[in-house]
Amino acid sequence: MNILVCVSQVPDTTTRINVAADGKSMDPAGVKFILNPYDELAVEEGLRLRDKHKGEVTVITVGADSAKEALRQALAMGADKGILVKADKQDSFQVAEMLAAAIMPLNPDLILLGKQSIDFDGMEMAPMLSELLNLPCATVAVGLTIDGTTAKAEKEVEGGREVISLTMPCIIAAQKGLNDPRYPSLPNIMKAKQKPIQEIVGTPSAARTAIVGMTKPDKKRANKIVKADGDANAAAHELARLLHEEAKVI
Amino acid sequence: MNILVYLEERNGQIRKPSLEAIGAAHGLGGTVSVAIIGSAPSAVIDQARKLNVSAIYTASEPRLAEYSSSATGCALAAIAKQAGADVVLVGATGRGKDLAPRVAIRLEAGYVPDVVALSNEGGDIIATHPVYAGKAQMSVKVTTSTKVYSTRPNLWKAPKDSATSEPAIHAVAVNFADSNFAEQTKELILSQGKLDVAEADIIVSGGRGMRGPENWPLIEDLAQAFGAATGASRAVVDAGWRPHSEQVGQTGKTVSPTLYVAVGISGAVQHLAGMSSAKTIVAINKDENAPIFSIVDYGVVGDAFEILPALTAEINKLRGH
Repeated sequence: MNILVCVSQVPDTTTRINVAADGKSMDPAGVKFILNPYDELAVEEGLRLRDKHKGEVTVITVGADSAKEALRQALAMGADKGILVKADKQDSFQVAEMLAAAIMPLNPDLILLGKQSIDFDGMEMAPMLSELLNLPCATVAVGLTIDGTTAKAEKEVEGGREVISLTMPCIIAAQKGLNDPRYPSLPNIMKAKQKPIQEIVGTPSAARTAIVGMTKPDKKRANKIVKADGDANAAAHELARLLHEEAKVI
Repeated sequence: MNILVYLEERNGQIRKPSLEAIGAAHGLGGTVSVAIIGSAPSAVIDQARKLNVSAIYTASEPRLAEYSSSATGCALAAIAKQAGADVVLVGATGRGKDLAPRVAIRLEAGYVPDVVALSNEGGDIIATHPVYAGKAQMSVKVTTSTKVYSTRPNLWKAPKDSATSEPAIHAVAVNFADSNFAEQTKELILSQGKLDVAEADIIVSGGRGMRGPENWPLIEDLAQAFGAATGASRAVVDAGWRPHSEQVGQTGKTVSPTLYVAVGISGAVQHLAGMSSAKTIVAINKDENAPIFSIVDYGVVGDAFEILPALTAEINKLRGH
């Protein structure tokens, strides 16, 4: 099985975001970048399917040279080879187009990716690729079984799960719960350094969106703190009163 | 400006996030139409008639008895073209977040996902989109003539049934491809009687301070008193105390409820990111130096095991249970 996993590089979840001097982007100073956590699920699923059905796992990303680090992390988990589409990216439409152009000649049997990258949180990449590659797609997948020419995915939706049947090849976007991603072992981290990363030059189309500004939320909070000091009933009564009379939420 | 709003239905009812998207459309100003797509869309047309919209576009296809995002996207793009839509709005639900980007690709349009504010500034639409799970937000302008947005649930008011005139109804013929049905939703399995954290108006979440899954009835009792959903921190999900579906935070759900109650949650950056847009935030924690207290409206420093039952009783009293 020829499995392709699309990954992205994102700031670590512990990062405190600061706005850069241009007022439109994140200040990268001091920020640690990691493989997008949802993409780890996609890589893991790819590895398990490869081990079951044979074949290989290729990881692909769009970005600058520094994005190779995300590919190396996926290779250290066990992926076989990487592709870096080198390009400046301004919006997700461009990224989807450049990914689709790079993926098309590879004819993968399965495309996996994380349900969202935890930087811009748009969740749009899988459906965009579905349109551009004309392949069926299931997102927010917490379950996946493949049986010959069909796949069955369980998609987490509000209040439950949808069971989606897809013809192969297809696109699956992974959600937490699909599997438990492995940690790369030290020997595999060393081996990953020798694995091939192919570089392709991406040619983005004109951007369709423009960022006007980036700000940090500055909601003012009442910040009233009640100390129970051993009298839980009094504290609970005061909190209920504040919620009822002041915040008026009940 | 022609604005087209997609109406998502579940069990024969228009879903609330779609109605809220109509609210967002009215906020922009312009002519508002709606699209109903399904195997027998007539079921929800009568509900749509009561909304204050100028036209209802429908696309009917028997194969859509099993929902397909691809086919629905194909139909919505076709309707947008026929309606001459300048703006397409889709509620950012599980289905909506798949549908809107498809429509954007089909219309060659710029797309802004999961917007929390839309404003019309002298003809320029500025969309606000939270990024890094809400640690920051971006103002974005779409530069193509057609613009697609998905709107986050719970932020706009659904319009009241107030139609003053009968909307025009247009049935649109859509040329589907067989490949549109290469994905089909076979069934929807709803978790019985459980409110989903992503949709809930009130959320009561528990963290490590609850000491173990055996103590969750205390969280559930308070949630029931409020009519709330239960949430959890990453630590307790990773520990296997609670299911992934309840996790609030950067690698879980990002939520914007009216009231968020954090119990025994210290307030890691990634958790705060997922809930800091809640209207009112309450924390109950033993440690008065817990970071969560820096972002709350109301906090109680004390033992959750004593405060939870007392608070549950107080809320039940207030709500007349």
